This record gives sequence, structure tokens and C-alpha cells, in this order.
Amino acid sequence: MAEPHRAAAARRRRRALARRGLGDFWASATTRQALDALQFTLIVSLVVAAIIAAFGTLVAWVLVRDSFRGKGFVNALIDLPFALPTIVAGLTLLALYGPSSPIGVNVAFTKVAVAMALLFVTLPFVIRSVQPVLIELDREMEEAAASLGASAFTTFRRIIFPNLVPAILSGAALAFSRALGEFGSIILLSGNIPFDTQVSSVYAFKQIESDNIDGAAAVSVVLLVVALAVLLGIRGLERWRA
Amino acid sequence: MIQVHNVTKRFGDFVALDDVSIDVPDGSLTALLGPSGSGKSTLLRVIAGLEQPDHGEVEVGGEAATHLPAQKRDVGFVFQHYAAFKHMTVRDNVAFGLTIRKRPKDHVKSKVDELLELVGLAGFQNRYPAQLSGGQRQRMALARALAIEPRVLLLDEPFGALDANVRADLRAWLRRLHDEVHVTTVLVTHDQEEAMEVAGNLVVLRDGRVEQTGSPRDVYDHPANDFVMGFIGPVSRLDGALVRPHDLLLSDEPVDGAEEAMVARVVHLGFEVRVELVRTGGEEVVAQLTKAEADTLELRDGAIVWLRSPLPRDPGVGVVGKTRDAVG
Repeated sequence: MAEPHRAAAARRRRRALARRGLGDFWASATTRQALDALQFTLIVSLVVAAIIAAFGTLVAWVLVRDSFRGKGFVNALIDLPFALPTIVAGLTLLALYGPSSPIGVNVAFTKVAVAMALLFVTLPFVIRSVQPVLIELDREMEEAAASLGASAFTTFRRIIFPNLVPAILSGAALAFSRALGEFGSIILLSGNIPFDTQVSSVYAFKQIESDNIDGAAAVSVVLLVVALAVLLGIRGLERWRA
Repeated sequence: MIQVHNVTKRFGDFVALDDVSIDVPDGSLTALLGPSGSGKSTLLRVIAGLEQPDHGEVEVGGEAATHLPAQKRDVGFVFQHYAAFKHMTVRDNVAFGLTIRKRPKDHVKSKVDELLELVGLAGFQNRYPAQLSGGQRQRMALARALAIEPRVLLLDEPFGALDANVRADLRAWLRRLHDEVHVTTVLVTHDQEEAMEVAGNLVVLRDGRVEQTGSPRDVYDHPANDFVMGFIGPVSRLDGALVRPHDLLLSDEPVDGAEEAMVARVVHLGFEVRVELVRTGGEEVVAQLTKAEADTLELRDGAIVWLRSPLPRDPGVGVVGKTRDAVG
């Protein structure tokens, strides 16, 4: 690009900046592609949070209540998704479930792949929030329930589960807000197909690449607001629990 | 009626119960008394079905219960630390056993209200356990256990986590409650005073074995051995034999069969006065007097008194090594 053109572009951008108002923000945030990406992001994050809530509770239960060989190792492994750079996670998942999958599963560039990547990176949240609650849970409550005639299932449903709900919810909420903004593990695996596998964070990145800062900023603000609302919700939850 | 026949329970190498047999009569309030590690709580948990014995049989109400799970034994169990369902209101806690039995709602409500009245928690229905004091929580736990109209009520150190004065109140209250409800009750405690105050029947345990059973009076007056004697009340050692400090007689002038001793220290505990004596051989003995007796003797540190062990005409009292039969 020649020098005069660049100066003109900069002037245009400055003027655009000056003109920018709520209307422009709204227009940028609600383009069809942005809305579709946002919808997919919210839905896939919700689904992932729900799965993580159930699966994480199960894993936490096994880690606390069961004893088996290698439990310490498995317990240490749980934090791997936190320690691993997400782009590495994305590469690994692509190698495992991509076109050259050694196990013959190729789900790359599909919505399932996005969900799988998100499940991997959010795995520790619910486990790590439920685990300490389960460890601290008064076992005598369960014995009291048993002596009052409650079956193991009734004891779980009426006594154990209600005591885990706040931890499950706060873990799931953290997983949800993390999934909302996840980028690194998805960018390779999703294929970034608009109106299909494109999530908001990758959409924002693409807008920046194509010089549409407004679009990127608008989507970012929406993500920020949703994540903030969820986190405030967690705080409210914790207060209610205390 | 609870019968335990030859029950043995091991935790790894530790023998918690070693061939224990006890009978708990219908309608009685029996205390399992012993130091920590004596197996008293394990015995209670075996009766409740919360532990499985390695050997032996348990019968509850004349019915073989050894292989019944806790759910089917019809026992009310009260834990030291209340085991309150902390996510439920007082009402839901007490109602738990009834609601899982799918009893009609109005029946549950009236039963719960009645029980809360009985344990002095009327009006606390909508509170959560965290909003109750320790004593209130334990009374709620008792109401919860009583709600299912259990055949037996099992209390595992129920007052162990409470303040001394609350504990004393609850003891007296439990005694009255038992007179009112008459459910066969087994209480585990390491506090001999609590056992003697509340229970009509004592089972003294040590190292997983039953040392003695009997009424509190019986066990106190005729302990089967030195351990029971020492555990059930204060003891002094005189010429190798254990005596109760309050059985030692002190006088301020020489009397037949008495020996000289020097007052080392006088401890005023209110009604009771504890006198620490040094005998001529240097042996230390503790005697226990009432305040009036001590005042009459005008005891002070360094004074010389005459000390006499229990009268020969009452040889059983506090004398060691004799069996109950020989005494009786």
C-alpha cells in the first residue's frame, strides 16, 4: 500500500472512530454472521457446561469415594487442561480426531469437534469445585439417613446431591464462561466455517484480521457482558450458599 | 430387647470388639461406658448395622438382625456431632424418616410438631440447623431419630460436643424423656458421671471386652476389678489396695487402727474438700471430705491427722480383688 493511501485509511478510521455510537455498536454486534456465531457459542457452551457438570461430579465422586491403583496419578492428570497451552490442546485433538486420526475418528471442522475441544479445556472446573465439598461432606449425615431407612439412592438424591449443588453450579458456571471465550483449542479444530462451526472468539479474531475493529470490539463486548453476568451469578450463588 | 452374642470386630490388626455379649432389657436405658478405644462406639454401630461384625450375632427385638442393613433395623441413631441435614429445615430434618416412607403429609406434619414439642423445639420448624445451638441441634437429631418410632434408640456420645452446663441440662432432660417415651435406649459415653446419672444399667468396656455389667450403684459399690473401680469413680491407693477417697476416715486425734499422716494440701471444691496426705512412709494418699467434716477437723497444710481405711464391718466397699459374689 502506498503512503498516501495509508494516510487516507488512517483518516477514515479516525473519522469512523469519532462517529462511532451505540447504533453502530449494535449494528456491528448483530450482523447475521456475528449473531450466528454468538448463538452457536452460547449453545455449545451451555451444552458443554451441562456435560461437564454431570461428568465432573462423577469423576469427583470416584476420586473421593473410591480407591484404585493410580488414583493419585489420575488426580494429578485432571489439571492438565489448565497447564497445557490451549493451542497445544487444539493440535493434539486435531491429531487425534482429525483427518489423520489414528483411531479412525474424524470429526474435525464440525460442531462436535468444537464441543470436544471445549470439554477438554473445561474438564477440571467442576471436578475441582466438587472434590473438596465431597471430602468435607459429613459422612454421618449419610449414616443418619441410612438409619432412618433411606436407600443409597434416596440418600444420594436427598442428602448428598443437595449439598453438592452449589459447587456443581459454580464449577459449571466457570466452565461456561471459560467455554464462551475459548480460542486457542478451537481455532484449528473448528475450521472456522461461518454459520456452522464459527464461535464468537474466532469470529472476533477474523474481524480483526479483515480490519473490522468495530465488529471485533462489538462481539468482544457482548462476550464480556455475558461472562461478567455469569461470574456475578456465581458470586450471588456463593452468598446464597453461605 | 437387644442381644449381642459373641461379637468380634477387627479393624485391620486392631481388635475393637473381642467376643462381646450383652443383653439390653426392653425399655431400659443402658450406658456403654469405657475409655476411648474400648470399643463402646463400635458396639453401638454394630447394633445399628453401621458396622458389620466379623463374628457373632445381633438380635433386635427378638429378631435376628446380624445380616439386616441399617435401613431395615428400625433403630434411631444419634451422633455426637448431630449429623444434621444442614440443607434442610428443622421440620424437614425431623420429617425425613417419615417422608421417605411416603406417609401422608398431614400425618407427617402433626407427628413432627408433636416431636418438636416433646424435645422443646416448638416454633423452630422453619429454622436451619446452622441457626440452632449445639444443644438444640442434638435435640432436633433426637426428634428425628424418634420420628420413625424406632424399636431402639442408640446415642453415640450425644452430649460429647456440648458445653458442660448444657450437657448437664440435657442429661437430666434425656432421663425425663426416657421416662416419658420408654423406648429401649443405649447410650455410649466415656463420662462415668453421665452414665451413672442417666442410665439404669451400665456396661463397662475396656479393650473391646466387657468388664462388668450392672446397675450404677452395683458397679460403683462392687466393682469387678481395679480397672472398673478406677474408671467408675475416684480412687486412692492404700497399701497396694484401691479405696474410694470418701471412704477414708480422718480424725484429729488417735483412734484404733488409724495411722498418722500429714496434710500436704487442702483443696476446697465447694461441697467437697479434697485432702492430699503424706503417710509416714512417704506414700501419698488423697481423701475426700465434705466441707462440714473438713471444717470440724480444722484442716490446714502441714497438720497431722489420723487416717483410717474403711471399717472392717463393711469389707466390700471399695476393697479390691474381691468378686461381687464374695462381697454380696
